[in-house]
Order: sequence, then structure tokens, then C-alpha cells
Amino acid sequence: MTAMQETFVRSEMLGPSAPPISERGAVKWARSNLFSSPLNTILTLLGITALFLLLQGLLPWLLNGVWNANSLAECRAIVAANAGEGATGACWAMIRERWHQFLFGFYPSAEYWRPVLAFALLFAALAPVLYAGIRRNILMMLGAVTVCLLAALIGLGTTAPHLIQATVLMAVLIAVAVWQPKKLILFTLLYPAIAFFLLWGGSVWSPVVAMLGFGVLALVYRFLVGRLGVVVATGLGFVAACLWWMFAQTPLAAEINAVLPLGLTPIDSDQFGGFLLAFVIGVTAISASLPIGILLALGRQSDMFLIKTLSVGFIEFIRGVPLITMLFTASLLLQYFLPPNTNFDLILRVIILVTLFASAYIAEVIRGGLAALPRGQYEAADGLGLDYWQAQRLIIMPQALKIAIPGIVSSFIGLFKDTTLVAFVGLLDPLKGVTQVVRADINWKGIYWEPYIFVGLIFFIICFGMSRYSMYLERKLKTDHR
Amino acid sequence: MAMAADAPKDGFRLSMLIYDTRFRAMTIQVVVLILVLLGVAWLLNNTIVNLAAKDKDINFSFLWSRTGYDIGQALIPYTNDSNHFRAAMVGLINTLVLALFGCIFATILGVFAGVLRLSNNWIVGRLMTVYVEMFRNVPLLLWIILFYVILSELLPSTADFRASAALIADGKPPLASMSFGGTVALTNQGTNVPAPYFTHGLGSYAVGDFSINFNFLAILAVVVVSFLVNRRLVRNARAVQEETGVRPVTWWKSLAILILPIAILLAALGLAFDIPVFGKFNFAGGISIAHAFTAMLIALSLYTGAFIAEVVRAGIIAISRGQSEAAFALGLRPGRTMSLIILPQALRVIIPPLISQYLNLTKNTSLGIAVSYLDLRGTLGGITLNQTGRELECMLLMMAIYLTISLIISSVMNAFNNSVRLKER
Repeated sequence: MTAMQETFVRSEMLGPSAPPISERGAVKWARSNLFSSPLNTILTLLGITALFLLLQGLLPWLLNGVWNANSLAECRAIVAANAGEGATGACWAMIRERWHQFLFGFYPSAEYWRPVLAFALLFAALAPVLYAGIRRNILMMLGAVTVCLLAALIGLGTTAPHLIQATVLMAVLIAVAVWQPKKLILFTLLYPAIAFFLLWGGSVWSPVVAMLGFGVLALVYRFLVGRLGVVVATGLGFVAACLWWMFAQTPLAAEINAVLPLGLTPIDSDQFGGFLLAFVIGVTAISASLPIGILLALGRQSDMFLIKTLSVGFIEFIRGVPLITMLFTASLLLQYFLPPNTNFDLILRVIILVTLFASAYIAEVIRGGLAALPRGQYEAADGLGLDYWQAQRLIIMPQALKIAIPGIVSSFIGLFKDTTLVAFVGLLDPLKGVTQVVRADINWKGIYWEPYIFVGLIFFIICFGMSRYSMYLERKLKTDHR
Repeated sequence: MAMAADAPKDGFRLSMLIYDTRFRAMTIQVVVLILVLLGVAWLLNNTIVNLAAKDKDINFSFLWSRTGYDIGQALIPYTNDSNHFRAAMVGLINTLVLALFGCIFATILGVFAGVLRLSNNWIVGRLMTVYVEMFRNVPLLLWIILFYVILSELLPSTADFRASAALIADGKPPLASMSFGGTVALTNQGTNVPAPYFTHGLGSYAVGDFSINFNFLAILAVVVVSFLVNRRLVRNARAVQEETGVRPVTWWKSLAILILPIAILLAALGLAFDIPVFGKFNFAGGISIAHAFTAMLIALSLYTGAFIAEVVRAGIIAISRGQSEAAFALGLRPGRTMSLIILPQALRVIIPPLISQYLNLTKNTSLGIAVSYLDLRGTLGGITLNQTGRELECMLLMMAIYLTISLIISSVMNAFNNSVRLKER
């Protein structure tokens, strides 16, 4: 009986045997992702053929690329010498020689530190907006900006005094961020004047006196608000500021400048070009068009007939005509609509028209955000006894803008790409303007792939980066549970 | 017991205009109206003063004077003796033709790319992602210029098509030859394609400046009638299906109804093709399509196609997974699920953004300026404007026309959208 009791009992589990070869690893992946059906197989083969043809043409061209040459002919000679007669090769030497024109246009090379500093300060100005008072994030951003800025300035061969100035400036900003991160928003408000001064140069007193106009506004408001109420005080303050800009601005700035001349070499608008121009127009237009767009979107939703009609008319008109006609309006028609003998900068005129153009699109995006809010949010705001602007500021806009983020970013991407159109009113955009200048050079005549690939790649990196960042932001701000 | 307090009746105070909600809306509107009127008056006054200073007036009679410039691609009769109005019309037609073909190609491309991007085929999905991202994130202007440069610098020159004496002696063919079975010539000047014509056509009838082409009318009539008949057939088939549950086979009948009549008509009219042939120095016969048009068409289709692909993809993703699972549970095959369940619902999501893509494409045709394509902006807003120096009139007309086109497209597409929209109570 004892022998009978010694039945075989497994004391531990057997490991599972490996799945058949067709159900695992690369084979399984290929079967389910590439050859799951006859149609899929055909598609795969077509795709592989296309990829192969593409790489066959592209790879040798890229690998034979030449970085050191002085002309296209020399490039071709080097390619022929290295890779044999008839081989194709890219001539990146053109970019090596002309990259600064693609980035800055004809901006004087001794002053390159100015646009670079202005660009870096843009991120410093954005930090308090993006990270509303969170010290750690602001500091991280400022630190990264400082490092990149110094690297770029040293790379551009900036002279020591400018380098020290930039370092001190960033150090001050970081110090403010450490002690008073909330105060950094003041820098954001001052940034337009700072950027203008850095880019165009001239006397430092013009932007300072212009900024004082806002001080006048605040002063009048503070003085009158107790007696006349918010609306009237704001209105009168605005009138006072306008009077300041119209009558006090120029003489006062000239007066102070005579006593204490302080400033940078003035740079003419003709010398702006390349991605510098694209950024100036794009960033200014989008930041100015956001508030206008919000007002237009609110106007379109308003109960007041006149406000609604005007907003709808404006938005639909702008959205119905191509940007090019707006640009031509800036260059040809604005001279008719403005008082005789006003002659102001073409870049400024273009920025104004592009801003109007962008604000109509932003208004539609924000209207989408407003429409997506449940009616209950408006009613809850009313129920709490908030007035219209309080409700907009505290309840409606934070939610509507959050919903509208992807749309706003894609408007910005569209606008940034559209800045290339300023070439048609005689500005030196990176794509058509600068490339034409380069292609007109006798040394680089007949070159076409390289400049377009270079410019296209920069556009791609910026736009793709922005769209990915907006997707990240969208996920981060998502508060509903789905 | 508390009584509801009536609104205070102690007379009207000025501050009530701002602080009383009964009057505030009115006050704001009046103030805005005054400001807007002041602004418009200011602009108008400036314009009048400026025009007077330049010794100009607002006058549209320049439209009827002789242009003196040629337009390469004129689809209605045009010579340099025609007036500016006709030049503007030629430009408008060029704009519309480009927009129409662009929309068609972009839609086809976009639907394919959008569906393929969602396919479970890894390599095709990635290729489509690359295509979409590449075109969406790079300015349209770059693509237009790039395609134009490629076409005009990479294609062989017309001289390469000549069989010179030296080549004949060597027994070699010319350096370049015609494509598509010797019917299409791709040169660096343009694309020469066969031109259709009718050996015994119906002729045309001139009404003033424009002429009515009877051939075109006959073809249009036949196409419309066969479409109507086909619709009838499909409706009958559906009725039979509803009644008996069996759908009669209609595909060959449909095909016959759609193809046979038009084929017979074309044969009766004697359709023939004028194939371009290389003469002594250049190609003769056929239609020569300028590279400006081709480059614009390729760039616009590829660029807008990438956007439409995203629209289509978003539309398909927006349909909840339960819908396709329910369809599978009912026993529908994947193809039928797509065509009967997913696409009709996705269409509703797709159409509104699709409208704005069509509008964008139409407005983007104005970028033809980059390659000197003579569209509306090129004729009315370009050469005419420069020749006559009437910026104000030309720009106003041009904006009005673009605005009208946009409004027409959006109203037509919105009507279509309303017809397929989910009918709610």
C-alpha cells in the first residue's frame, strides 16, 4: 500500500512554455502590424518601396554634403572629387557662410547681441505668466534662459562689456525671482518697451517717456476713482494718457535726451530680416491680438445688438479676405487712411494689419471655448452675484481660455508661418527675401534645395515644438475625469 | 411681511446711465456708435484730403480702358486689347479654377492620408504621419516656391527634345522624350498636354462679350440627366430592399447609366485629342500649362491635404468605440462598418472644419504672387493696380470679390452641413 501512496505529485508549477514562434517577438509584430491582410501586405510593400526610393535619392546627397567651400562650383568639384563623377551632394557651405543672414537679415553683425538678448528676455518675460508665481519653475526657466543666452552671446563673439551687462541683467531678474517672484510680472509689462529699445535702438528716453504715459493713466485713475467711479476714471485716464503721448512724448524725450544722452545705435527697419523679422512680427501680433480677440469674442456673444453686429462684421470681413490683401493694405492703402504726411515704419504698419488679421481668428477660437462652457457656469457666476467683468475674469475666461489653448497655439503657428508673406511688401523674410538675396549671389547661383531645406527645417522645429508643447499643456491642464 | 421693494422712483439721475442695468446697455451702445462714427468720419476725411492732395478721385471707369498686357492662362477669350474688367474676370476664373482643382485633390489626398494614418499598418501609418507633420509645420510659401523651382530647374529644356543632326548620325535618341506614351511633354517652360476638341461639334453662340458653348451645355445636360436617373435607380433598389430584405444588384446598371450616355455623346460629337508635337524649336498643338499653375496646384493640394488628413482623422477618432463594436456585434464586416456606421457619423464632425480648410485653400491661391500666377490678385490687384495707379479702387474691388467668394463657399457648405447634421428636437 505504501508503494501505492507514492503517486507522483508535482511540488512546483511548470513554467509556461514559450508561445509558438509566429506568436511572439518580431514575427508576431510584423504579422499583426505589417502583413495582417492582403491589402495590408500590398500597402506595406508600397510603403517600403517609397521609403527605399526616397532614401536612395536622399542618403548619398546628404552623406556627400560639403561644409567647407566658397561657392557652389567649388562644392560640386569637391563632391565630384570625393564621391566620383556624377555623384550628388548637398552644399551646406552656403549655410555656413550665410546663416547669419537667414537669422538676422542685414542687422549689423556687431549688434547681434541685441536681438539675442531681446529673444532671451522674451522667455524671461513669459516665465511669470506661464508659472504664475511658482518660484521654483520661474527660477528653472530663468536659469535655462541665462545659460542659453550666455552660450549664444559667446558663440556670436560678443564683446566683454555687453556680456557683463547681459549677465548682470539676468542676475537682477533671478534675484527678483528669488525674493519677490510676484513682482516679476512688472518686468513682463515693461518687456515691450525693453524689446523695442533693444531691437531698434536710439535714445532710451523715448520708450521710457512712452511708458510714463501708462503712469499718467494710473495717476489720473487713482486721483479720480473715488469721486467719479471706475468707468469714468478709466476713460479720463485713457484720454490723459493719449494727450501725453500726442503732445508731451516727443518734446519731453528730446529734452531729456539733450540733457542726458543715453542709448544704443539706432537700427533702421530696412536692416531687419530673416527669422528676426518673423519673430518680431509673429510675437508682437499674437500678443496684441489675444486681448483684442477676447474682446471681439465677447462682443460677438453680447446681447447688445450694435456691439454684436460690429464684432461679427469685423470678424467675418477679416476672415473672408486673404492675408496678402491685408499686407497690401498696409503697404499701399494705409497712406490714404491716415492723416496727410504721417509716414511711419513699414514693419509697424505690417504688424498693425497682421494683428487685426490674427485677432479675428483668435476671436473665433475663443468663441469656440466660450461656447463649449456649460450654461451652468454662467448661471453659477450670476448666482454668486458677480458682475459681468468679475464673472468673465474669475469664472468664464480661465475655463474658456483653457479649452481654447490648442486653437490659440495653432493660430499662432499659422500666423508664424504666414509671416513669410511679408516678402511681398518688400520686407526681408527668411524664406523668399533672404533666399532670393542668397540665390542672387554669383557664388551661390543655382542653389535651391539647401536654402529651402534649412529655412524649412527651422520653421518645422519651431512649429512642431509649439504644437507638441500645446498638447502637453492641454494634458496638464485637463481637470475633468474621463 | 417683507414687501418686495419697487425700483426707486426718485427721478432720473445722470449716473443711472452707467450704473443702472436698464440703461447701461443703451449708453454703451450709443457711446460705441459715436466712437465708431467718429472713427469712420476720421478715416474718410483723411482719405478725401489725401486723394485731393494727390489729385486723384475714386473712379471705376479705368475698368473699361485697354490693358495692354498679356495673360498666359486665359480661359475666356482675352487679348492685350481687352479692358481691365475682362482681365480681372480672367484672373477671377484662374483663381476659381485653381481653388476648385486644389479642393478636389486636397480632399482625395486628405481622406486617404487621414484614413491610412489610422490604419494598423505600422509603416504606412508612420509615413503618413511624416507627410502630415512635414507639410503642416512648414510655410505654404516654401512648398510653392520649392515645387516651382524644381519644375523649372530640374525638367529638360525644350531644346533637349530635338533630334539634332549629330544625334541622328550617332543613332541616339534625343536627350529628353515625352512622357505618358508620347502624349505629355514636361519641359522647363511648362507642361504640354493633349487638347480635347470636337470634329463635328455644335458650335457656339456669341452673346455680347461672352460666348455660349453648345458642346459644353450638351455634356452638362447629359451628365445631369444620367445622375438623376441613377439616383432614381438607387432609390428604387432601396425601396425593394426595405420591402423584401434583398437588395437587387445595381452596380452594373449604375455604371452603364453613368458612362454609356456620355460616351455616346462624346463619340457623336467626334471627340479627338490634339497631341503636342515637337516642331522646329518648340512644341505645337495641345495645351501648354504653365509651371506656375502646376506648382501652385501641387503645393496647395499637398499642404491643404495634410490639414484635411488631420480633420478626417479627428472625425474618425471622435466616433466612440462602442459604435464599431455594436456594428461588429450585428455581424457587419469591417468594410461595411466603416461605410455604414463610422463614416456617416464621422462626416458630421468632419464637415465644419473641412469648410474652413476649403476657405483657407481658396484664400491661399492668392500666394500665386510668389510664382507670378496671374490670378485675381495678379491681374486686378497686381498689374492693373500698378498700371493705373488706382490702389484704392483695385484693393476695394479685390477684397469685395474675395469676400464674396468666401461667403458663397461657406454658405453652400453650411447648407450641406445642415442637410447631413444630426436632426435634433
